[in-house]
Order: sequence, then structure tokens, then C-alpha cells
Amino acid sequence: MAAFGLLTYIAASCWLAFIFPQSVLAFLLVEASFLLLCYVPAPPKVKLFLGALVLLVLLPSLGAINGYYLEIAIQIGIYVALALGLNIVVGFVGLLNLGFVAFFAIGAYLWAIFGSPQANEFIAGGFFPLSPNWFFPFLLLSIAVGALTGALLGLPVLRLRGDYLAIVTLGFAEVVRAVFNNLDKPINFTNGPKGISPITKPPLFFKPWLEFFGWEFSDATLYPMYFYFLVLLVVFMIIIVTRRLEDSRIGRAWKAIREDEMAAAAMGVPVVRMKLLGFAVGASFASAVGVLFAAKQVFINPESFTFMESIGVLAMVILGGMGSIPGAILGAAGVTILNLQLLKGLSLWLNGLRQSGTILTLPLLGSYPLSELPVQFEPAKYERMIFGLILILMMIFRPQGILPPRRDQKR
Amino acid sequence: MELALEILPQVLLDGLVLGFMYALIALGYTMVYGVLEFINFAHSEIFVLGAFVGVEVLLWLQDAGHLAVLHPGFVLLLVIVAGMAISGLAAMALERVAYRPLRGSPRLVALISAIGASFFLQDGLRLFESLWRNTFYLNYPTLDVLDQTLPLASNLVVPVKSLLVIATALLSLAGLHFFVNRTRVGAAIRAVAQDPETASLMGIPVNRVIALTFFVGGAMGGLAGVLFGLHYSLVNPYSGFAPGIKAFTAAVLGGIGNIPGAMLGGMVLGLLEAFAGSYLSILTDGAFGAEYKDVFAFVVLIAILIFRPKGLLGETVREGRA
Repeated sequence: MAAFGLLTYIAASCWLAFIFPQSVLAFLLVEASFLLLCYVPAPPKVKLFLGALVLLVLLPSLGAINGYYLEIAIQIGIYVALALGLNIVVGFVGLLNLGFVAFFAIGAYLWAIFGSPQANEFIAGGFFPLSPNWFFPFLLLSIAVGALTGALLGLPVLRLRGDYLAIVTLGFAEVVRAVFNNLDKPINFTNGPKGISPITKPPLFFKPWLEFFGWEFSDATLYPMYFYFLVLLVVFMIIIVTRRLEDSRIGRAWKAIREDEMAAAAMGVPVVRMKLLGFAVGASFASAVGVLFAAKQVFINPESFTFMESIGVLAMVILGGMGSIPGAILGAAGVTILNLQLLKGLSLWLNGLRQSGTILTLPLLGSYPLSELPVQFEPAKYERMIFGLILILMMIFRPQGILPPRRDQKR
Repeated sequence: MELALEILPQVLLDGLVLGFMYALIALGYTMVYGVLEFINFAHSEIFVLGAFVGVEVLLWLQDAGHLAVLHPGFVLLLVIVAGMAISGLAAMALERVAYRPLRGSPRLVALISAIGASFFLQDGLRLFESLWRNTFYLNYPTLDVLDQTLPLASNLVVPVKSLLVIATALLSLAGLHFFVNRTRVGAAIRAVAQDPETASLMGIPVNRVIALTFFVGGAMGGLAGVLFGLHYSLVNPYSGFAPGIKAFTAAVLGGIGNIPGAMLGGMVLGLLEAFAGSYLSILTDGAFGAEYKDVFAFVVLIAILIFRPKGLLGETVREGRA
């Protein structure tokens, strides 16, 4: 019965989105179907089937009509992957990492430098940009590089107490950003604040197959779809790895460290090695997503990797619930939708009001011509305020998050 | 080499000015850490708030036509007192709203709330100034007295505003030292820092002392903000981040929780930064220059935490649970 209701809801919301391809509201309803999938009681197989139906069929078809939907979905996917990575460090191991974006930046720059003519600046021979076929090897390489930098950062600082560690990771991220920002001299490695472009996109290895079946697409329509499925695949793999880790020896060791470090050490958990491993795993996720991000954006510069991004991802993890995989996904999706759709929509709506010249009349307060609404008042520009509010309110009223991990619920 | 010697006095002066500012901000971090063992991440916004109060008061005086008439000493006093009072009150309000409900919860919970408060205040200031002045990049009105310079030597020109920063900071640091070490209230603060439970058994109102600590630390931050504005003229809601993080580094460098340590750490870091900014490019033949001076503080911070976590003057940090 519930399954039938779900199906009806999904069908109705998608139908609405098909009819009104420009409507933010209709797309939000489609997105809300995942929330319903989470909460409505139904057999897991049905849920899985419906979720796959929406993710694999309905969303891409909606995206074919309005490319903006795909863009949003890709962004959400990227943040979900980042949130899952940070969730390991903050949620499982209990270490506050305020510089998570540094690993994302390292992955992005790894592919950006070698996947663009940039590397010719310091390696002679004109080998660069590398051909698109190198994208997947670099995706794998980025996992190793991310893990290595995570461990390298962790090695000296993991002995620090929690709050010092947080500040040091913040400092590390700022150092990384400053280095990318300034390493255009003496040798031009990163092209400084001007950024790097054009970055090679992944190979369209399936194009001959499509042509074989007689389907002709231009690259411009193919790429967003391709990135969507690529991000989906990466997120899916991250979810599987995280779930397998969570209940393994390693995951249990992490949680033991989070709950009580001394007790864990007394029980024979190799604390420093496990913390390092957690750091490395989280960092490798972020770094791999960074490669994807660089290829999708075609252009990157240090501006994309500020402290605010780290805090944004932290807000996602905390909103969803530290240590909870569904929580991290929900938090990432929620905050991204809030930022990219709700706030932007609100800004556009206010702009429309301003230009329409309506005069707002309130009883007792008098009338106020909306055209005098200050131009600076644009909700989309106040993401920091939103992140800040999420962090404070969650800490005070619901520190365990919206979807806390199961084990905590039992207590 | 001659160039290096030639600019030395000026570099020292710049370093002193920076150092006093860092010292003033670092006091806020270190005092709060002393009583609560908690990093008040939003302290950098309290500092910026002081700078904004200063510019608002000056602009208000200017619009009312008083700025040219009043004695500049009086104007400065007014601006400084207003900045200190409002920043101090804001820090107290922050403690009441965002930190007190979390007292007793794990250390990281309070830190996350503080980070949230920091972000909220940044955009809150931006929103307020956007609605009020339609811009959030504000310029301090010029005061003729401050723009004068005293040429002491051929290679040392001392601007009056640098003197103002140094004199005010020295005066308030001395005042604070007296307040904490020689008054009853100061003794209460030290008692709470040592052991809140015993202090409360001795009849010290711990909550009020903590609020007072926030007020004093916030007021010092506000003073630093006003001085920052008067010295560098331009402020925006985000200009607190870098000085804030450097002042925190200064507090850790001196030994967090230790008031003389914060002053010393501020001076050392300010001088180091001024030297790095001027000499890095000379030493490396222009390969690395002043653009790395912001990174410098972080490298210092990471190095101290690894090699001497207790700082220059601090005691060993107690091993607590994060």
C-alpha cells in the first residue's frame, strides 16, 4: 500500500516537473521523494527499486529537458561524497577536521595540472594536456595521493588534543590554498590566482557504442549526463566502502576511539595508526571527488577551496548527524538544495518584487514601496549566515543530528 | 645587505604595531581559554565588530559636523570607549546565547558552536551594514592628527597612528595586568581559571565571573578593532579572520591561558611576520615574497604545537578528553 502511494507520489512529482520544466518547486517535490523513501515504511526491495528508478531513469530524463536539474544533481553528488568523507573523520573517529577542503583541492589540482597544458610549464616536451584516457588512472592515483597527504598531515598532528587539532587542520588548508595561490613563481606550477583551464574531460569511451545503435548525440548534451552517472557511480562506491568499513574491525576501532580514547588504547586498539587510517580514508574520498570536480568545471582556481567550503561540508555532516551515513547524504543534499535552489529562488523572487513596484501595505505599519527594498538584501549571498545558524542551532538543540546513527538511538 | 639594514628600523616599527594588535586580540582568546578551556572561535568577529563600531561613531560625528570641531583626543577617546563597550557586551551576549547552554558538553560541541557563531556574525554584520549604508566595505574618516608623521631619522618615519596604537595598547595591557593581579574581581577570575568547582564553593559566582571574562576579553578585542581601523582605514565584515587566527597563534605561542604569554606571543609573532614580509623576498632573491606572510603564522602555529605545545610561558596543557 505504502509502496503504491510512493509510486504515485513519484509519478506525480515527475509529471509536474515535466510540465513545468522551469519550476524550482516541481523539482523540489521530485527531490523530496527521496526523503519519503527514507521515512515511509515499505519493503526494502521496493524502496531500492523506486530509488533506482528515480536516480537512474527519471532524474536523467528530467535533466535531458532542463540541464539545470542535472547540474544541481551533480553538485549534490559531489557534496554527498565530500560529506561522506568528512563523516569518517568527524563522525567515526571523532576528530574535528576544519581543513577538509584541502584534500579536495589537492585532487582537483592533480588532474588540473596534468590534464591541461599547465604541466608544460615545468616539464619539457609538450606532453600535456594528457589524453582523456588518463582520467581514470588519475582518479585512482588521486585516491593514493589523497591518502598519502592525509597521513602526512596526520602524522605530526594527531597527538594533539581535539580542539588544537581542529585549528591545525584549518591552518593546513589555508597553507595549501596559499601555496596554490602563489606557486606561479619562481616556477609556474599552478598558475596562481588566475587558475587553470581548459582541463581535459573524461573520455567518451561509450560513444562508438551509441553510434553503433544509431544514437547521435553532440558532446555538449552527452557530457552533463556522463558526469551525472560518473558522480553517481563514485558516490555509490563511497557508500559501499563506508558501509563495509563501518562494521568492520577498523570501523569499530574508530568508534571506540571516538567514545573513549584511553579505554580504546587499553583494549589494544592501535590509536594513532587507526586515527591516521581514518584521516587517510576521508582524505582519499575528497581527493578523488576533486578530480571529478576539476574535470567537470574545466576551470579551477584557489577561490573554490576556501575555509567556507570546509565549514559548509561540516555543516552538512552535523545537520545530518555525525557518524551516520544516511545522515551525511541527507545533510549534503539538504544544504546544497538550500544553497543552490531555495536561496537563489528567494533572491530571484525578491528581485521580481523589487522590479514590479508593488507597494506593500501592512496594517499599523503603514505602506512600504517594495522597489525601495535594498539591492544588497539578497538571501543567496548569505550562505555563511545559514551555515552558522545550522551549526549553532544543531549544537544547542539536537547535537546528534537529524538522522542519528542507529546505535545512538538505542541508548 | 645595505638594503636590509636600511629598512630595519621601519620593519621593527611595523612589527611592533602588528605585535601590539595581536597581543590585544590574543588576550581575548587566552582569557576565555583560561576559564573555560575552550577556543572562542568567534572572537575574531568581536574584534571586527569593534572596528565597525569605531567607523560608525566616526561617520556619525562626521555627518553631524562635530568631527572638525571636537578635540581629536576627545574623539579618539569616545571611539575607543564605544568600541570596547559594545564589543565587550557582544562577547557577553554571545557567551549567554551560544556557549552557556553547551557548558559541560564535549569540547568539540562548543567549538563547533563557536565556529557557527563566527560565520553567523560575519554575515550578520554584512547584512546590517548593507541595509544601513548600502555597502559593507567602510572607510574610516581621516583625522588630521593621525595622518601626521614624525621623521625620527632618515630611514625611520614614525606615523602618529603607530604611536597611538603602541601607547593605547601599552596602557590597556598595563591596566589589564593590574585588574587581573591586584583587584578582588581579578582574583576571582584567576580562581575560576584554576578550579571552577572549588571557586564556586568559596562563594565566587562562577557564571558571572565567566561573563565578566568574556566582557573583558571582548573589550580588548574591540579596542584592537578600533585601533586596526584607525591604522589601516579599511574594514569589511570578513577582515577579522586572518588577524583572529594569527592572534590565536600568538596565544598558543605564549602558552594559552597565560596572560603575559599572550602579550609576549603577540609581540613575537608580529615581529616575525613583519620580518618575513620584508626579508623573505630579499633572502630568496624574489622567489618567495610577502605573499607568504599569512602562511607564516600557520607554519609557526603548527611548529609550536608539535615541538612545544605548552608555548613559551605556558604550563603543560592538561590531557583532557576532546
